[in-house]
Amino acid sequence: MPQLRRTPLYDRHVALGARIVPFAGWEMPVQYEGVIGEHRAVRGDAGAFDVSHMGEFEVEGPRALAFLQGVLSNDLDRVAPGQAQYTLLTNEQGGIVDDLIAYRLDAFRWLLVVNAGNRDADFAWLKERELRGSDVRDVSDDHALIAVQGPRALERLGLPQAPAFTHAPATVDGIEVMACRTGYTGEQGVELMCAESDAVRLWDAVLARGVVPCGLGARDTLRLELCYPLHGNDITTDTDAISAGLGWVCALDKEFTGAAALRAVKAEGPARRLAAFVMAEKAIPRHGMAIREGGEVTSGTHSPSLEVGIGMGYVPAALAAPGSTITIDVRGREARARVVKKPIYRKEEGTDGGS
Amino acid sequence: MAAPESYPDGLLYHHEHDWARIEGDEATLGITWFAQDALGEIVHYEAPDVGAAISMGEAYGEVESVKAVSDLISPLSGVVLEVNAKATGEPETINEASYGDGWLIRIRLTDPGETARLMSPDAYRAHVATQ
Repeated sequence: MPQLRRTPLYDRHVALGARIVPFAGWEMPVQYEGVIGEHRAVRGDAGAFDVSHMGEFEVEGPRALAFLQGVLSNDLDRVAPGQAQYTLLTNEQGGIVDDLIAYRLDAFRWLLVVNAGNRDADFAWLKERELRGSDVRDVSDDHALIAVQGPRALERLGLPQAPAFTHAPATVDGIEVMACRTGYTGEQGVELMCAESDAVRLWDAVLARGVVPCGLGARDTLRLELCYPLHGNDITTDTDAISAGLGWVCALDKEFTGAAALRAVKAEGPARRLAAFVMAEKAIPRHGMAIREGGEVTSGTHSPSLEVGIGMGYVPAALAAPGSTITIDVRGREARARVVKKPIYRKEEGTDGGS
Repeated sequence: MAAPESYPDGLLYHHEHDWARIEGDEATLGITWFAQDALGEIVHYEAPDVGAAISMGEAYGEVESVKAVSDLISPLSGVVLEVNAKATGEPETINEASYGDGWLIRIRLTDPGETARLMSPDAYRAHVATQ
């Protein structure tokens, strides 16, 4: 087994008493005080996540846009400098190589933030398809990334309000960052990218402002309540965007890798769909559990917000409509679940959700 | 919030991190501080039925945290007399008071001689130190 990697904040996590687990080739904090408290801090105030393990690529050149338009599913023509977009890296069959956020830095320069576990595969994929006039560089090791999420995140950081899916240079207690209005929790918040050498100072500054350190455990419960897919679980190279409910990030009127396959799935209608469900009895669904009517659970957990078992899984298309009942095999015991409209959890009025 | 680490005197311990309080031919069972700490915040307790026969060293139920599932291993053999409704209804009680309000089941012993095979508090503390 290859050596696990550590982010620049590893010693800080240990000093805070975090429980450290292997994740996607990294030693990462899964929790500090506890998953439920951390989850509630993000829903009610603000929490900080070390996401420095994620990969970052810069794509630069006069043909960077043309290159990315050919390999990514969403339409980057709609993204101006200072804006960002959620998109998919797709294969010829319409399968999902990775999901990522593309940030437009200027007319000819883009930053892609990709999943840690897919960093090497994504880089190789992009390098193979690179056009003359577009250069892809892996800049992951130059940066640290700290996500600060929650209804009070911006206020606590002293940052101005900004629309979701925008980014701008900013300073937090004198530290230069790229402040991106993106995230994986459904709360207002930012992802702060800084130089690797500033990571510890930035982390300390964020926590000194009363933001609660949060681990991968809360990151998972928060994203699953919003039905944000996790690559490797809910979406893979063998699942297509239409069946996964991600047709909204596929610009099928342009040409990109796998577009023809996705048009065909859309025209015929998918045989199965990624449905969200809430348990109708006391049981916690887990990744890999069989769904009796067909398919399996791709993500499952206990929802700290709703205090009930929740999950997602691929089910026959006829059962994917909200209100359907499905049956989960919970270690040999059958437990009923109700299919619900996504997201599973919705903020009350008056807050700005959706990243 | 979980209690501080402790392994009270007056209880017997099983190496799978369960405790038993012997009261004549009955026993109250639960999990140790070490077990609840390793699991984290407990959000579900799948209890056995009253009347079920359980066996020393075998699973009689499950506890789940947000991230993980763990079998409950019985430290003794017996028949289930009572399930702690507070632990099923408010599973966080198991974290907060694993030797008190967070007990799991009460059983009638079917083989009282098994108690001789359990660990004393000192022996269990030494066992935990090796984990």
